[in-house]
Parts: sequence; C-alpha cells; structure tokens
Amino acid sequence: MKNDLIILPSAQPSFFKSMGSDIINTKTSSNEPVIESEVITNNQEITSVKKSEKKEYQILVKNVNVFYSEFQALKDINMEVSPKSITAFIGPSGCGKSTFLRTLNRMNDYIDSFKIKGDIFINGKNIYNEKIILEQLRKDVGMVFQKPNPFPKSILENAIYGLRIQGIKDKSFLAERAEDSLKQVGLWDEVKDNLKKSALALSGGQQQRLCIARTLAVEPEIILMDEPTSALDPISTGRIEELIFELKKNYTIVIVTHNMQQASRISDNTAFFYLGELVEQGKTNDIFTNPKYKRTENYITGRFG
Amino acid sequence: MRRYKELVIEKFLLFSALITILTTVGIILVLAIEAFKFFSEVSIFDFFTDTEWTPLFTIKHYGILPLLSGTFLTSFIAIAVALPLGLTIAVFLSEYAPKKFRNFIKPSLELLAAVPTVVYGFFALTIVTPFLQQIIPGMSGFNSLSAGIVMGIMIIPIISSLSEDALNAVPYSLREASYGMGSTRLQTAFKVAVPAASSGIVVSIILAISRAIGETMIVAIAAGQQPRLTANPFVPIETLTAYIVQVSLGDVQHDSIEYRTIFAAGITLFVFTFILNNISHWVKNKYREEYE
Repeated sequence: MKNDLIILPSAQPSFFKSMGSDIINTKTSSNEPVIESEVITNNQEITSVKKSEKKEYQILVKNVNVFYSEFQALKDINMEVSPKSITAFIGPSGCGKSTFLRTLNRMNDYIDSFKIKGDIFINGKNIYNEKIILEQLRKDVGMVFQKPNPFPKSILENAIYGLRIQGIKDKSFLAERAEDSLKQVGLWDEVKDNLKKSALALSGGQQQRLCIARTLAVEPEIILMDEPTSALDPISTGRIEELIFELKKNYTIVIVTHNMQQASRISDNTAFFYLGELVEQGKTNDIFTNPKYKRTENYITGRFG
Repeated sequence: MRRYKELVIEKFLLFSALITILTTVGIILVLAIEAFKFFSEVSIFDFFTDTEWTPLFTIKHYGILPLLSGTFLTSFIAIAVALPLGLTIAVFLSEYAPKKFRNFIKPSLELLAAVPTVVYGFFALTIVTPFLQQIIPGMSGFNSLSAGIVMGIMIIPIISSLSEDALNAVPYSLREASYGMGSTRLQTAFKVAVPAASSGIVVSIILAISRAIGETMIVAIAAGQQPRLTANPFVPIETLTAYIVQVSLGDVQHDSIEYRTIFAAGITLFVFTFILNNISHWVKNKYREEYE
C-alpha cells in the first residue's frame, strides 16, 4: 500500500523557525536538512526534495522500516507533520502506531532487537544520524505516556525534574517555571498549596496533567502523546483533550489514540495504521467523512479493530 | 470423613507454626533467665560502663564495652567495604547490564553467600592478613581490618541482590519518563531509580549490618580473642560472637558466673539484631512506594 495522500499544509504558516531549537539552529544546518545520513536510505528521491518544501515540516519521515529481530513492525512509512498542528495516529492494537511514535524521539533505542531503516528529519535534522545528541533530541521532543507516571517525589519536584537534570539550581527560576507549566495544564489552582505533597497522592487525571506539565517545563517543540487518556475517566479525558487543543498554539503534537471521537475532535490530521503499514493519512475531516480506503472506513466506523 | 481429614491437616499446620514460635520463645526465655541470674551477681551499671572484660581471669571485670566495640568495629569495616561495592553492583546490574549478563552474574554473586563462613575466616587469616601486613607493617596477625574486609565481601550479595530486586521493582515507565525528558542513563539511575527504590535499599543495608553483627566464624578465626576497647583496626580484638564461641568451646564449669557471661553477651547481641530487624521491617512498611 502506497501512501498516496500526503498532508501538504502549504497554507499553514510556518512558525517553527521562531521556536529557537538547538536541533535546528546550528548555523550551518538551519535550513538545510542533513541528507547524508548514516542510516540506510533506500530512496533516491530524498535528495530531490526541495528545500523550500522542507521548511514547512517539523517532522519529515522518509521510507521508515522498523524491525524487531526478524519481525517487521513498520513498513515503508512516509509522513510530514507541519508545525503547531495535531496529528492523530489511529489503528487497531499492534498496528505499529506506538512503535512509530516512539521512533520520533528514539525511545525504542533501549529495545535490544530494535532496528530502523530510513530517515526521520526533525527540523531538518536527521535524528538517526550518529551525531545527534539523544538528550537534546528528547528535550525538543517531549513525551507523555499511556499511564500517568509521575515520579515518587513531590509535585514540585516532578514539575521541575526536567530542569534539574539540566543542572539548573536557581530556586526562584525553578519555582517560576513550575508555576508556569502547572498553570498551562490548569493544575496550579488545585495544587498550589500542596506543592510539597507526593505526586502519587493526586488523582489519575491530575497525575496525567502533572506529567504533561513536567514535559512542558522543559519547553519542547514537539510533544508525543501515547494514548494519554486511555487510563482516565471521561471527565479527566475531556480536560486533557481541551488542554491538548490549547497546547496546539505553541507546540506540535502527535497523539496516538484508540478513541475515534478523540481523534476527530482534536486533530488536524489523521494517519491510519494497519499491520505496520500507513494505510491512509490526510486532513482529519477528509479521513472521517470520506476515507479513500475500505479498511480505513471499516475501522473508523467500528466494523473492526 | 473428608471433614475429619481437613481438621487433622489444619491442626498439623497450626502445630508446625506453633513449633517455630515456641522455639523462639524458648530461646529468648533461656537467654533472659540466665542473663537475669548473671545480672543478679553483676551490676547492670558496671556491665555497660566498665571498660574491661576479663571474666576468665583472676581479677574479674564484666564490662561489655570492649566486646561491643569489637563487634561494631568489624561490622563497620565490613559495611564500609560492602556498601559502595554492593550498591554499585546493584545499580550496574539493574540499570546498565544487558539482561543476559545480569541473569548470569546475579546468581554467581549470590554464590558468595553460599561459601561456608569458616572458609572465609581461613581466607582472612592466611591470605588477606599476610597481604595487608606487607602494606601495613606492624599489623598483628589477628586484627579487625582483615576480618572486616572479608566479612564485607561476604555480605556484598545481601546488599547487591536485595537492592537490585528493589531497583528492578521500580516500574520501567518511570525510567521512560526520565529518558523522555532528556535524562542520561546515569541521571535516570541516581535521580529516579535509586530514590524510588530507597526503602528496599535501606532494608538491604540494615539486614547486611545485622548479618555482620551476628557473624561468628570469620571474626573468631581472624580477629583474635582479646577483648579490647579500641578503634584501632590493626590489633587483635574480640567480638560478642567470638567470645561466646571461646567460652562454649572452653572448659568453663556449667552454672558458674563465667558460664553465664555468654548469656549476657548473647542477650546483648540478640537485642541489637532484634532492633535492627525491626527497623528494617518498619522502613519496609512505612516507606514502601505503592506502584500499580
């Protein structure tokens, strides 16, 4: 199955240059993607992608294949994600959507049998290039997980963990940043008097918002969310969805979800994965109202999956 | 008929449980009674303040301090050896080592605990002490340093194995969260995994201390039999346990005051290990983090 539909958001303004990322703002490569990658490239077309086109994308995925030992988990994925958009990945369990999400900040690196072929450019830089600094990549590409996973530390310590590991010790700065990020997720008023309390004492929904705040405090450009509401009740889910929608103003968001309504409610673009293939991608509205493929239609109408 | 069988089995299980409890109670009773007889002859004040322990000599002193200092000195040296090594091993195995390597190394390490302690004692006396004597001239043949070091090696697996279990119980999702914000492995290990496993690590250390205090053969063989109130690790000393061995093996008359000294030493030892075990239980229950 070819990915013939490509999101081409030429109409969308390109904000990402203003975001000041270390990944891109090295002088030599600010506009020029690193084409010569050490990762095996099996597509010559890459070199022919025009620079002007590249600027539009924050994430550019070219012919990505992922293997766990012999098993091929992802087959020839191509994708473009423009800045300050929400992209939803949908598909039945085991279709590779989470695996793909995790390749975007190299979280799969810790799996021994994991192998990847192809190129992923973030802000024009190939993240599977050997020269990439993993820690920096993950500061720029934050992640929120399926189950809320706050550290067994105080709420405050959770909120500023990402800054602490960068060696920041200035207390007033840390407190300020903690307040900022907790306010962004709407948790500040609920916890401001209990910042010293253990994060584990919070409810599931609050914990997940704390985890988002923790990610925001590092000031990433892209936030990857792996089914962030699947462990939460409908009310908490609603709050998180509103929050995600809010975050779109400043962040590029990629979200994996099993919830069709969620995908259609919040995302600009949707990608449907099935058995390791990217069956269809495009504007969410088009995918949900007028899917090109029968399999997509069957899935989103609930006939399987 | 079946109900009758059930009843017999139930009673048998209850009986088994009672035996262990009764044994413990019996030991404590014997210790307490003999110690009580001892303290009716020796004042408890002298026992804790006198700085000499010479119950087998003509001029008798019954100060437990020299034995206690010997016990603490060897235990301190042992922990000083085992704590850094054991924790490093635990962090390495759980955070860095590949699974296969870990599955091979961990049981091998636990073999250290299976070596008979008399072998360790012999090892301390005939290999470690001569080696140390080359570095530290004037060190005597029996000393607490060599016994302490070897005892430290013996308790490494207690710390490394239990701490590794505690680290392993920390959910992977916490490490992922840490990596996801740009932490290095080292930061993840020491800022997330170790703090999250701290209660288990503390328990492992306390159990190791308890084991070191109760250890007998190594100190009896390698540390000497001279009760001495000192912090000098190069001279012979005697620990509580070594003293009990010495008197038990000697020809001290039953029901004499000399004989009862071992119960006084025994109950002191018991009180310490009892307190340590209770602290470890308390820590375990109070500070355990509940993860789903």
